[in-house]
Amino acid sequence: MNLLPYYVAIPLGLAFLIPLLSKWWKRSGEVLAVGGTAILAAMALGAIGSPTVCYHMGGWRPPVGIALMSDGLTVLLLIAVNVVGFLCVLFSLRYMRSYTALEKYYALFMLMITGMNGVVITADVFNLFVFLEIASIASYALVPFGIEADELEAGFKYLILGSVASTMVLFAIGTVYAVTGSLNIADVAREIATKHATGDLNPALLLSAAFFLMGFGLKAALVPFHAWLPDAHPSAPAPVSAMLSGVVIKSLGVYAMCRVFFHMFGFSPAVPSSVIIANSMIAFAIASIVFGGLLAVGQWDYKRLLAYSSIGQVGYVVLGIGVGARVLATGGQPAVAALAILGGLFHLINHTAFKALLFLSSGAIQHATGTRDMKQLGGLRLRMPVTSTTTTLAALSIAGIPPFSGFWSKLVIIIATIKAGHPAIASVAVAMAFVTLAYYVKVQREIIFGAVRGAVEKAREVPALMCIPLVVLAIVCVGFGLLYPAVGSRILEPARDALLDGAAYVRAVLG
Amino acid sequence: MKPTGMTVIVKTITDFVVGFIVLFGAYIVLYGHITPGGGFSGGVVIACAFILVMLGHGRDVAFERLGERTASILDSTGALAFLVIAWLGVWGGYFFMNVLVKGTPFRLLSSGSILANNLAIGLKVSTSLFLVFSALAVFRKRSFRALLEDDLT
Amino acid sequence: MTVYFLCAVLITMGLYCLVAKKHIVKKVIGLCIMEYAVNLYLIIIGYKRGGIAPVIDPKMRPEALERFVDPLPQALVLTSIVIGLGVLSLMVSMCIRIYEKHGTFDMSQISKLRG
Repeated sequence: MNLLPYYVAIPLGLAFLIPLLSKWWKRSGEVLAVGGTAILAAMALGAIGSPTVCYHMGGWRPPVGIALMSDGLTVLLLIAVNVVGFLCVLFSLRYMRSYTALEKYYALFMLMITGMNGVVITADVFNLFVFLEIASIASYALVPFGIEADELEAGFKYLILGSVASTMVLFAIGTVYAVTGSLNIADVAREIATKHATGDLNPALLLSAAFFLMGFGLKAALVPFHAWLPDAHPSAPAPVSAMLSGVVIKSLGVYAMCRVFFHMFGFSPAVPSSVIIANSMIAFAIASIVFGGLLAVGQWDYKRLLAYSSIGQVGYVVLGIGVGARVLATGGQPAVAALAILGGLFHLINHTAFKALLFLSSGAIQHATGTRDMKQLGGLRLRMPVTSTTTTLAALSIAGIPPFSGFWSKLVIIIATIKAGHPAIASVAVAMAFVTLAYYVKVQREIIFGAVRGAVEKAREVPALMCIPLVVLAIVCVGFGLLYPAVGSRILEPARDALLDGAAYVRAVLG
Repeated sequence: MKPTGMTVIVKTITDFVVGFIVLFGAYIVLYGHITPGGGFSGGVVIACAFILVMLGHGRDVAFERLGERTASILDSTGALAFLVIAWLGVWGGYFFMNVLVKGTPFRLLSSGSILANNLAIGLKVSTSLFLVFSALAVFRKRSFRALLEDDLT
Repeated sequence: MTVYFLCAVLITMGLYCLVAKKHIVKKVIGLCIMEYAVNLYLIIIGYKRGGIAPVIDPKMRPEALERFVDPLPQALVLTSIVIGLGVLSLMVSMCIRIYEKHGTFDMSQISKLRG
């Protein structure tokens, strides 16, 4: 599909065009952003079911040139990024009216989408780093966009920690280049498999794997690298929070980890050190699930509770993927690994849908009532029916109530963990699922149900343009649960097969 | 108008030297495909010339010579020119493919789109850094003195 | 081998400055030291004993090609320097804004978000 470079070219061109045209036509930012993200979302949805394609930039063949590559995992992330991007831009049209310098907001938003699309489609590890930085810098600038005191503090913390992570990733890329002599992911995979993993992995490569895990783990907000997220996500404007929590931590963090560890380093019983990598992933995941869940229970700030919940749910995603990796690394049954990875990827796309919906609804609540302190909200269902219905659907889904989508993905992850022989880890995950249910019941009781109090007195339902993204995402939450066979076989199973089959990736890129 | 900027000696030397700095920066940008340098480094040197004017004469005089709106327009134009040149490669088959006229090697007008990209990037980087510096120069003297007096570890 | 060890020492110094200092501009400087140390590490990877700069001259002999140092890490470092410049300008402008809103550069007095 030779539309591949347009996923980067369109938002990048719009990001440069918006500040230029805004000097003569004030609303050009909004029009161009909506149009651009609509085109990208249509392209991404049209790419469902397409075969694996490789695009050689500049006509240079890999491993000499930089290649762009689209397989099942890429299509899954492209759909997530572009569709959620389009819905968040729709939401921003009304929500951001109270902010100034809007053309800069839309330009930075387009740059963030450029970066995330670029990370997902590239087949070259340094190109992945450059796009990772583009998306990260755009998000560092978007978080303190309304320049208040605590937003600046949160943005500064995020900026410093994110830059340290990127520096560690660059160090790891340098080490990989020094050992293998190439920067193309498929070429490095081939070099490692043939020369540097006989017996055990070269210690320099193990060092670079540790730095990759640290760098991408910070972008994905795994514990103990999560310190920036509880401050940054609540302080950002609501559509930016939805993008950050919904797609940025998945595309820059989880996807990059998968691509580098499954395809570049590879998990197999012939390389004993790959078990160490898989065990680390599982350890970080369990820590995230426990810390995210326990710390979310005591929060009274709605967005801060959602931020801690993000940490916990990304822990579930990485748990599924890590268990699959460990099964592959210890030579277990491939069917169990496939089930675990399927669960992880299903939870990834589910969490994108419901966390984006929850953050957008928090934005709607803040737009209507002016506060996000749960002690001052109550009885929302009487004043804002659409917002409260969609919030309830998302909360039921994320808490894991059947038949919504969150239940199925968590069930698959837990079953796969038990089948892989880790009943203790599975019981911790089940316990934390009940804790998740507990704090979402708290959210429901405090905000949605009960008597109308405080700031909700004068609230009215938000305008239609802000309701449409909420309704669409709620339909997705319910639809993924009820229509899993239709959705899963066309989106999730190609992604799972792409992750499991490293040799197919190398063949597709290097020819 | 209240005199801004530094002393007369600094202003005279600045006016004398700025032209040479821009010339040197333009040389680095133009010959980027033959000798080390290219768009980014040349753009930084040209931006240094603009910043020197701002430091020597003051912010208002610098804005008279190169306005903020003009710099912003040139900034976006440079970036869009880069993208257009990259997109021209689609006619050769792929994005970023070098399809412009490639003359004889080691001459100035050779190697096709590399020269054009260097010019676009040089324009973008120089105006970008000028805008960044002018945005940083907004805060007033009161804050600056406090920065010097803050005695923390 | 000594050179790689010294690069690691430089990265650790940058990390120490980032963690231990309370003035936010000094933290920014520590981060810059760390970034430049990693750039130095990348260039050192490409070095070859007795190497010469990888610039092609029309009058050189073909044997000189063998003595070039590796130009690919130098391209990586150019990109990394540009990224570092972008992040630095963003960090410094954020420090200025923090001073205008909080009135101090001291991190321990700026940290109000807890829990």
